[in-house]
Order: sequence, then structure tokens, then C-alpha cells
Amino acid sequence: MPQRKSWVYYNDRLSRYLFISSAVLVSLIILCIIWFVGMQGLSTFREVSIIEFFTSSKWSPDSGKFGALTFIAGSIGTTLIAILLGGPLGLAGAVFLAEIAPPWVRAFMRPATDLFAGIPSVVYGYVGITVIVGLTGKLTNSPTGYGMLAAGIVLAIMILPTVISLSEDALRSLPRTYKEASLALGATRWQTIRRVLVPAASPGILTAIILAMARAIGETMAVQMVIGNSPRFPDSLGSPTSTLTSNIVMEMGNTPFGSTWNNGLFMMAFILLIIALIMIILVRTASRKGAAR
Amino acid sequence: MDKIVVNKLDLFYGDQQALNNIGIAMKERSVTALIGPSGCGKSTFLRTLNRMQDLIPSVKIMGQVKIDGQDIYAAGTDVVLLRKKVGMVFQNPNPFPKSVFENVAYGPRIHGETDKKKLSEIVETSLKDAALWNEVKDRLHESALGLSGGQQQRLCIARLLAVGPEILLMDEPTSALDPISTMKIEELISELKDKYTIIIVTHNMHQASRVSDRTAFFLSGDLIEEDVTSVLFTRPAKKKTEDYISGRFG
Repeated sequence: MPQRKSWVYYNDRLSRYLFISSAVLVSLIILCIIWFVGMQGLSTFREVSIIEFFTSSKWSPDSGKFGALTFIAGSIGTTLIAILLGGPLGLAGAVFLAEIAPPWVRAFMRPATDLFAGIPSVVYGYVGITVIVGLTGKLTNSPTGYGMLAAGIVLAIMILPTVISLSEDALRSLPRTYKEASLALGATRWQTIRRVLVPAASPGILTAIILAMARAIGETMAVQMVIGNSPRFPDSLGSPTSTLTSNIVMEMGNTPFGSTWNNGLFMMAFILLIIALIMIILVRTASRKGAAR
Repeated sequence: MDKIVVNKLDLFYGDQQALNNIGIAMKERSVTALIGPSGCGKSTFLRTLNRMQDLIPSVKIMGQVKIDGQDIYAAGTDVVLLRKKVGMVFQNPNPFPKSVFENVAYGPRIHGETDKKKLSEIVETSLKDAALWNEVKDRLHESALGLSGGQQQRLCIARLLAVGPEILLMDEPTSALDPISTMKIEELISELKDKYTIIIVTHNMHQASRVSDRTAFFLSGDLIEEDVTSVLFTRPAKKKTEDYISGRFG
């Protein structure tokens, strides 16, 4: 045995440290973001009461009113509309692709779905402005059509690829034997899908829905283009309002760093971050539940 | 009385012929074993009897399969009713990721039974008929995936009995099981044949001779010979059969 350690040994050591330091760096960046946004945001409450921030819908920084309820309601409302419209539609698409579509249709639709996911959100917003706003104006009898419904519809379209591809993967990864067993018992294709395949894939489908919600609640550009950007509480589906993201992007440039107004916007960003964290925890629980069965 | 009569059955996967002019008749309330080396077409043949083979794209089937005198490949055949009548047990136990109860109740439910009391009666009788009741009666609402392999296979048989079939197709039902579970399934088969017509594919010639009344020997998509089991294993008429059962190939 040679006494001196070979270069392989040092190479192994070196790459080990390289990977460890990369991992540390990444975690550090994430923690710094959370820390910075959190600190900046929470300092809002030195001048604004927590209760006012979360329960008042009066947002007029010039006169010292910082009630963010409008934006929270706007974000949650648009996301719910998006999930209610896009979730069932996406699941239906996934079932179609996984179980019903002939191979050539799937060979065409699956890449198309992935392409959908890659379209920049400003394009969705532009389509929203030109097509959907007119439609929602008629639907809600509002003069402009800008508002939660328009944003919800645009978001529903945007989350379709996420819902479709993740749910399809979940359905496809089921053992073939479930389907065979069900059909051999005399079940129709529809009974098999509804009573065996979709329930068996439900953890994966749930993950898809939650990730889609995360995408919807964080979407900024497309929402900002069709929501109307008025800090007014959304009392109808067709009235202009704002969401957390759209308001941050509209006002962030006008506010001096460290002012209460600026801090308020940071607090809104922090709320988004917390929501994202909760979603991630939910996804993990859902997939763990799936693995445990 | 002949329950199943197969006439001039050919089956193609694309251009490749997998079954070649099969003709065979099976009696009601009897056990027929299908034996032969891997890839000889015995499983393929089994799956033509409940039209599960239709699920594979590019399959072409010609000829006649008559069950109770009706050609199941005739236009207008209700595949759902056919599969209700001709049930199937698969090689690997394949319970649904549901509770024991829901697994057995699945069949009756899809065929329209909603009465809770009736469902639990069906579940109980089916589990008893599959010789599983005593082992699972206290855990009916736990996941079926927690059962052992042998229990899962008997659960699949119970799930099948619950829809009220007349014919049971078994595709190597014990090949994934340990010897004791295998023995239990074999005992079950000899009890079930009082009520059902059973066709079992098996790799194991001892199993064929233990459980079956008649045995059919398949080779490369041909039905070489079919006879009373004891005759086929002791005085086979064909040279190929003799070579196979004496272990000269396969």
C-alpha cells in the first residue's frame, strides 16, 4: 500500500466540499430572503395596527390608511375562481390524455400542454385584455370587464398545464392491474376511471391542484393586466380591484425604502411567502400520504 | 353440458399469430387446466374468454367462442355483462387501494347495488366462500394492501365472487405466492368447482394434476392435446405432450 494518499482521495474531498458549500449557499440565500422580507414587512406594525392591516380595506397611503384586506381578498378570490374553473377542466384533460386519447392524440397534446406552461405570462395577460375582458364585461354587466372574474379566467387557463401534466403523471403511474381488475369485474371505462383510477391517484391530483394554486396566487403580470388595479374591495366579480401581487408591482416603484408604505408592501410580499410555504407543506403531506398507502 | 365451446380461434398481435386454430369445449362445473411453456399462448387464450385481450391495441381475433351457446365475439355483445359472468383472477394479487370491505363491495356497487345491508351480506358471504372471512372479519375497514400476498389473492377471489360470476378464469393465481398460500388457494379451487366452471392457467404440472379434471396442453400457439387430467399425464396421445410433461423441454 502506498503511504501517500492518491489524487482520487483529494478529488473526492474537494468535490464533497464543493457540493456542501453550494447547498449551504442556496439555503442561505433562501433564508436571507425570508428574513429580509419578513423583517421589512413586520416593521409595518410599528405604525399600523395588525388588526387594521388585516381587516380594513381602506388603502390610502397618503392619508396614512394601510388596510390590506382588499388585496388579500383579491388574491384569494382570483385563485379560488382559477381553481374552480381550471381544476375540474384540467383533471378532465388529464383523464382524457391518460385513459381515453388514442396514442397519436396524446403524442400531439402532451408536448402542446408542456408548451402551454412555457408561454410567458405577459402573453396570457395580453390575450386576457383582448379577448376575456370583453367577455367578462358582458357576463358581469360591468362597463369595463376588468376585475376578479377576468383575472380568475386568465389564471384558470394558465394553471391548466400544471394540473393536466401532474394529474396525468399521477394517473399514468398507477399500476395497470387496477384498471384490469376493475374492467374484469364488468366495470365500464367510466366507472373504472371514477371509482378506481381517480381515487387511487388522488394524492398526486391533490399535489397538482395545490401547486396550481401556488402558481395562481403568485402570478403577477397577467393578473395585473386584467384586474383593473383599483384598491377597491371586490364587491362584485366584474369590478376593478387589486391583488397582493398586482398592488406590489404597481406601487413598489413609487415608495421610498423604509417608509411605512414601502414596509406595507413588503408585508404583503411576506404574506405571499407564507402562503407559498404553507402550500409546500401541504404538497409534502399529500405526497407522503400517497406513499404511505 | 358444455359451458364454453371454442371453434377455430385465431389470434394475431399485429402480424404475429399467437393462437392457431384453437378448438376446445369445457364442461359446466369442472376445472380445466391450461399448461405449456412460457409464451405458448395459454394466458392469451384465457384472456380471450372474457375479452380482456380486446384491451390490447392491434389485436385481431377470428373464430368463435361460445358461452352458453352465445358467441361472445358476435356484434352487439355486452362486454360488461360478459365480464360479470366470466370473472378473472390475475397472476399477481391486485386489490384496489381501498379497504377490504370496499374491495369486495366494488363489484356489486358498480352493478347497481346500493342497499347497505345487502352489500354487507354479499361481502360476508363472498369472503366466507373465498375462505378469508375468519382472517379479516375484524379488519374489514383497514386497507387491503396491508394483507399478506396469499390473503390478497383470496380477497381478489372474494371480490370476483361478489359479482356472481359463473365462470372463473385464473391466470397463474399462485405463481406469486408461498407454498402454504398456494395450498389454500388450491383447496379453495376444489371447493369452488361445485358451483363454478373454472379454467386455470398454471406453470406447475403438479398443480394441474391436483386441481383439474381436464388438462389442455398448449405449445407455440397450438392446442396440442386436451384430455382427462389423469390420462393426459399418464398416457398422453402426442409425442410433444409426453416430452413436455416428462420435463424434456419447457
